Amino acid sequence: MDFDPVFLSRLQFGFVITFHIIFPSFTIGLGAWLATIEGARLATGNPVYRRVFDFWLKVFALSFGMGVVTGIVMAFQFGTNWSVLAERTGSIQGPLLGYEAFTAFMLEATFFGVMLLGRDRVSPRVYFFACCMVSLGTMFSSFWILANNSWMQVPIGHTIVDGKLIPSDWRAIVLGPIQMVRWPHMLLAAFLTSGMSIAATGAWYLLRGVHRDEGRVMLHWSLGLVAVLIPIQLFFGHLTGLYVLKHQPAKFAAIEARWKNQQPASEVLIAIPDPVSERNLFAIEIPRLGSFIASGNWTAPEVGLESFPPKDRPSVIIPFFAFRIMVGMGLIMLAVSWLGNLLRFRDRLETTRWFLWCTFLSFPTGFIAVLAGWYTAEVGRQPWVVYGLLRTADAVTPSLTTGTVLFSLVSYVLVYAVFIGFGTYYIFKLLRQGPTVEATAIRGATASRPMAFADDAASATGNQSLAGE
Amino acid sequence: MELSNLTLFWAGVIALSIFIYVILDGFDLGVGVLFGTTNEDTRRVQMMNAIAPFWDGNETWLVIIGASLFAAFPVVYAVFLSAFYLPVLLMLFGLIFRGIAFEFRDRAGSMQWFWDRGFFLGSVVVAFVQGAAIGAMMRGVPVANNQYAGDAFGWLHPFPVLTGIGLVLGYALLGAGWLVLKSEGTLRDWAYARIPWLVGGVFLALGLAFLVPLTVDAGAIAQSNLRDRPWGFAFPILAVAALVGVVACARARRDELPFPLTILFFLASYLTLGVMFWPYMVPYSITVADAAAPDVSLGFFFYGGVIVLPVIFLYSIGVYYIFRGKDRRGYG
Repeated sequence: MDFDPVFLSRLQFGFVITFHIIFPSFTIGLGAWLATIEGARLATGNPVYRRVFDFWLKVFALSFGMGVVTGIVMAFQFGTNWSVLAERTGSIQGPLLGYEAFTAFMLEATFFGVMLLGRDRVSPRVYFFACCMVSLGTMFSSFWILANNSWMQVPIGHTIVDGKLIPSDWRAIVLGPIQMVRWPHMLLAAFLTSGMSIAATGAWYLLRGVHRDEGRVMLHWSLGLVAVLIPIQLFFGHLTGLYVLKHQPAKFAAIEARWKNQQPASEVLIAIPDPVSERNLFAIEIPRLGSFIASGNWTAPEVGLESFPPKDRPSVIIPFFAFRIMVGMGLIMLAVSWLGNLLRFRDRLETTRWFLWCTFLSFPTGFIAVLAGWYTAEVGRQPWVVYGLLRTADAVTPSLTTGTVLFSLVSYVLVYAVFIGFGTYYIFKLLRQGPTVEATAIRGATASRPMAFADDAASATGNQSLAGE
Repeated sequence: MELSNLTLFWAGVIALSIFIYVILDGFDLGVGVLFGTTNEDTRRVQMMNAIAPFWDGNETWLVIIGASLFAAFPVVYAVFLSAFYLPVLLMLFGLIFRGIAFEFRDRAGSMQWFWDRGFFLGSVVVAFVQGAAIGAMMRGVPVANNQYAGDAFGWLHPFPVLTGIGLVLGYALLGAGWLVLKSEGTLRDWAYARIPWLVGGVFLALGLAFLVPLTVDAGAIAQSNLRDRPWGFAFPILAVAALVGVVACARARRDELPFPLTILFFLASYLTLGVMFWPYMVPYSITVADAAAPDVSLGFFFYGGVIVLPVIFLYSIGVYYIFRGKDRRGYG
């Protein structure tokens, strides 16, 4: 790979999106979790739910702030580094991303302030409604982002006029079949990410013998949720695989590390793919299973990468391993959540220390799975930025030089290291401290300053705190 | 190309959003610039308090502009962001450091000096980059095949540096007007004392910036536009009158007037630019009509515009209403 503006711009995009996607995939699930817990509190009046809610609201506020700041950077990447893409596809991608900004900001601006500061000023029902709206906002936001990305994966509903892609069928673009598979896949991934984080936090408290009531709620609820969602996620993952097989056969072959056309095709479980000799140096395979997984038939022919000219093939190494890491994380979640529920029915969940340790260590599984899945989808789409229509190499800003992109890439790395380092440290401190604040509203924090909340809440543990329930 | 109504609607939305952004984020960026010119912690805390409830909402308008531009005028979005690759990068870093300084300064302990400096420098960089971008646009942006055709430092020239300094001073003037409006006691006296100097600086920098395109060849289109639209000269005259008014009201210590008069100055300057450059969106290569996305895109996005923008508008008014009047929290 040459260190040219295309490669460096891809690296830069990969870097900024890696540090962006972590936050939304966390906050989408947390938003729904907060709405659920607040609903439960409203129905039962249980003060434990209130403490759990107040605690996760602080974590939510910090993550949300980081997501917004890194998101602003994402919004500019299309123009700065991929201006040909922006110009050719702007009339399709522009409105999709525009709707994302509009829906996210509208709900953020109106209901997030109520959620942070409005506990005293609105009725409990209105407050619950605001929580639901914030959660809905995060989901809308992911809907538009995925609609845009799904269109780049499988472009439909457009005509080409003078080299530009002009929308002809918005319904197909926004609500196409690919979007309807990929958006639930992403939403479920976000729920699982937060679910595992919450379960791990609960396990951590139980292991340390602190915040037992709150930890129990976190552990029981989220392990139950993950146990139910993970089979559904496997199903949507399978549907995602089918769209890849149908619309992006080269990506499918890369994920399978299948170099030659095969009939019947075997399934490669693990291998060391070698792009130079175009074969696997080492492989554990199951004969015929590959045909069955792809076509539902034990003898179907499956295409290998040799069917595509080298210039139309994606890299094999990253999609192959990233896909297996994603599936591996899913299997860990499956094992932990089902085992956890088994122990729960035998009433041994909170006393089985080795299991609590396993749950605690599973904290990052969701994050790793989201990133690995995203890399599989995005690297597998190469060498196209809009699949089959616009090559990545042709989409880059023509006036960019290697030196300029190298400078910006290094700057991004340095700046992100500073502020994400501090932000992560504060989130860690919050998680470690746990749900100690029984305060209701926090005075002094101001609306539309999402990140201020954690700070003000921390100082409210002292004399500024108001009466509890 | 004909201008469709939808194109006009989106051009209007973007023009209005830019003006709202310049005024709103302008005053809080300006307070950030002034923040760096004092070392007294009480004053700094008061300055932070005077803008804390507003700055985040103000910045939202920048995202509205970016999103609307990408959706409605993708060519302009592509050309503008690639022409100003390095300045945009600097601006993003400025916005990041400025934004997190609000959150981190109080809990930073011995690191407070770091976030304070980040807040000041971030504000200066953002203001300077925006002003320099206007200046560079006035000199013209080379475009070929709907793509920027210059190099990474094409924007760097004495003239954009001048407009950049001009906007830093202009935002600081807005910030001083805002502080006079929102504070009492020593901070108000301090802000009053700075207004005449800031007005002088703005007058010099932006006055020169207005005259340069009238005298050099690069501004041929601007010159002919002004010749064809002689009524347009009313705007720079109004701008100068507004500046004189700012100084007069600062002398008379009429708290409520310097800020709106500075807004009037910005409005008059903005309209002057409009007269010079309409119908170009990227001077002197891409017009509004050339740049517009097809109606099928503008129409689809139209619903977003008519539903969401009024909501954001109402919300903003609500926040300013809730936090109306002088900020009497004083220290802390």
